[in-house]
Amino acid sequence: MHVHKLEKIWLTFGGLMLAAFLVVLTINAFAMGNTPPSDLQQIDPTKVDQTPPFDKPGLVKISENEYDLNMIGYAFGYTPALVEIPKGATVHFHVTSRDVMHGFEVAGTDVNMMLTPGLVNSVTKTFNDVGSFLILCNEYCGTGHQIMAAHLVVK
Amino acid sequence: MSTRSIDRRSAEMSLAYVLTAFFFFGIGALAGLLQGLVRGGVITLPEWINYYQILTAHGVLMGLVFTTFFIVGFFYAGMAKTITLPKLSVKLGWLGWVVMFFGTVMAVATISTGEASVMYTFYAPLKASPWFYIGSTLLVIGSWIAGAGMTYAYTQWRKQNTNQRSPLFTFMVMATLVLWYVATLGVAAEMLFQLIPWSFGWTDTVNVVLSRMLFWFFGHPLVYFWLMPAYAAWYNCVPKIIGGKIFSDSLARVVFILFILLSIPVGFHHQLTEAGISEKWKIVHVALTLGVVLPSMMTAFSSFATFEAVGRAKGARGVFGFFKKLPYGDVRFFAPFMGMLFFIPAGIGGIINTSNQMNVVVHNTIWVTGHFHITVGAAVALTFFGIAYWLIPSLMGRQLTKGAHRAGIIQTLFWTVGMLIMSGAMHFMGLLGVPRRTDYTTYMDDPLGLSWMKYETLMAIGGVLLFISAVLMICNAIYLWKFAPVGETEFPMAENSLEVRQQTPRILENWKVWIAILAFLILVSYGYPIYDAIVHAPPGAPGMKTW
Ligand code: HEM
Ligand SMILES: [Cu+2]
Ligand SMILES: [Cu+2]
Repeated sequence: MHVHKLEKIWLTFGGLMLAAFLVVLTINAFAMGNTPPSDLQQIDPTKVDQTPPFDKPGLVKISENEYDLNMIGYAFGYTPALVEIPKGATVHFHVTSRDVMHGFEVAGTDVNMMLTPGLVNSVTKTFNDVGSFLILCNEYCGTGHQIMAAHLVVK
Repeated sequence: MSTRSIDRRSAEMSLAYVLTAFFFFGIGALAGLLQGLVRGGVITLPEWINYYQILTAHGVLMGLVFTTFFIVGFFYAGMAKTITLPKLSVKLGWLGWVVMFFGTVMAVATISTGEASVMYTFYAPLKASPWFYIGSTLLVIGSWIAGAGMTYAYTQWRKQNTNQRSPLFTFMVMATLVLWYVATLGVAAEMLFQLIPWSFGWTDTVNVVLSRMLFWFFGHPLVYFWLMPAYAAWYNCVPKIIGGKIFSDSLARVVFILFILLSIPVGFHHQLTEAGISEKWKIVHVALTLGVVLPSMMTAFSSFATFEAVGRAKGARGVFGFFKKLPYGDVRFFAPFMGMLFFIPAGIGGIINTSNQMNVVVHNTIWVTGHFHITVGAAVALTFFGIAYWLIPSLMGRQLTKGAHRAGIIQTLFWTVGMLIMSGAMHFMGLLGVPRRTDYTTYMDDPLGLSWMKYETLMAIGGVLLFISAVLMICNAIYLWKFAPVGETEFPMAENSLEVRQQTPRILENWKVWIAILAFLILVSYGYPIYDAIVHAPPGAPGMKTW
């Protein structure tokens, strides 16, 4: 099989780029802890309201300016719908769905994950600036999908 | 005198597919226009239609129906041209058409009655009417029957031409079919073992994690199923149109083999932000996904190498002088060429999407919708338009007139500009966090929601240009089908001599080897996750109709 000299150069370049990308992605994910939300914890979607911690959804302080935020997504909203946290707080979001697939996006940040009924999904973020954040659903979930939202206020 | 480029029976059958494709494309385009106008706040829909209903129709008609019908028609015609079709293949072609058409009508009917507003991805536990799932399954089964007709033609040809490498186009058809048969097993399993029994009420709950894995086992190769026919046109038809040659027979085959191997074991790149799949399996799929960089770069190289050779033969000078010598006035070249240009940013966008961490920024935002409108909605669609301009008259025994060329160029320009505006706005809004698949909303006048509206309106303007282009395309297709002057239109198919083909390594056409390697890759990347999703299934989810 004949391969043109320029094509060899071009493909070597492509191969090297590919390798560089993979190295960066892997280091960033596993050495620096930037893995995408991949929680494996299971929950019965028909019993979310009775299962701790989702029987009492909301903010739980776990240490100085560090919180667990347990939330439920449902058609068409989130519980709680308004959360206030102090500036500089680190929040561990733990969110699940009571019915169908939903999204969980804190608009304008890199908090973005899918909510699967039957599973809890988690992500952590530190909020260093004051302001009000819009949390919205970005996976189609039914007629009211476009109003499914909540707010996170950093004070 | 009227002269068809291939025999009448094959021509009529292929044409039935192509024309049906454009019929459904027209309905899909109307839905697309409405979506843009609604999101942009220009119009509100009447009570009796719902945004998500038309969005489901658009996704199904454009993503699944238009593409599949067109691809089958183009492939049959190209095979008839390169190896001729036996009678049985033509019969299977018609049977496939009937089953596909019937399935489509069934799916569209359930969507129209509001029983299936579940999007073309039908994510459980949204529960549609069983007839929606059955209709979609029939669409796939019809394509299998059509594929069987092509496979029969191929095996007959090989029996009569032992030890010969098949013509490049036919090889590419078979490679695409291998991919399609393996990929559709995933969605067929999801339909038959999960969704259909569950939607009939025979089972109470559904294993959502498993259903999503099976769907994306199919969902990513689906995009290569759209792309490979466009590539087949770039490798075989475009060189002939511009008076060039196939750059390399064997490398073109390597590209298609790589697509078979690298497009299936990668589905988790659509599920990167999901619970229930560990980050370690995700990175395995990400690594394999990035491998697709190689065949893409090979295709870019060979396309531009062909252009350069043609340009130089016409006296082009300098490094990029050949760009001035290309036949931009020929719609058969101009439309796919615009598609190729779209594919450059589209490929870069694809790398961004699959890159683990960057995916979190764009996942499920309208950036993604922007991405697939420049891949399938531009690179592939423009190539299909370009093909239609010569394929329809050439199958009918009519002429592709100067006027049709001109109308085609205008249509291509409208599509190009419309798509630049619409997809540009979508990409930009996605970076701001605007969600996809969402009816008009300002989130109860949230300042952020309000600040997005001006870009939504821009997106709507792009959609209007696209719709104008779609109407023009359909008028052109009808003209070329029924009204263009009788005569002859070339079926452009660059063919390598047998001598050149025989230099291609024999192993490239040894399908057993490639299917075995593919099976191995699937086992490695999906074996354990699927086993785990079955054995350690999360509690089942009951179905729901939330619309
Ligand atoms: C007249 C031209 C077109 C217009 C105006 C248009 C417009 C749109 C808009 C505005 C959306 C996004 C709606 C939302 O997420 O809320 C959309 C989605 C989509 N479009 Fe198009 N589009 C056009 C052509 C095409 C073509 C040619 C294809 C493919 C061959 C295509 C495939 C899709 C798919 C698969 C979706 C996603 C549906 C979903 O999220 O379930 N579109 N289109
Ligand atoms: Cu939603
Ligand atoms: Cu993909």
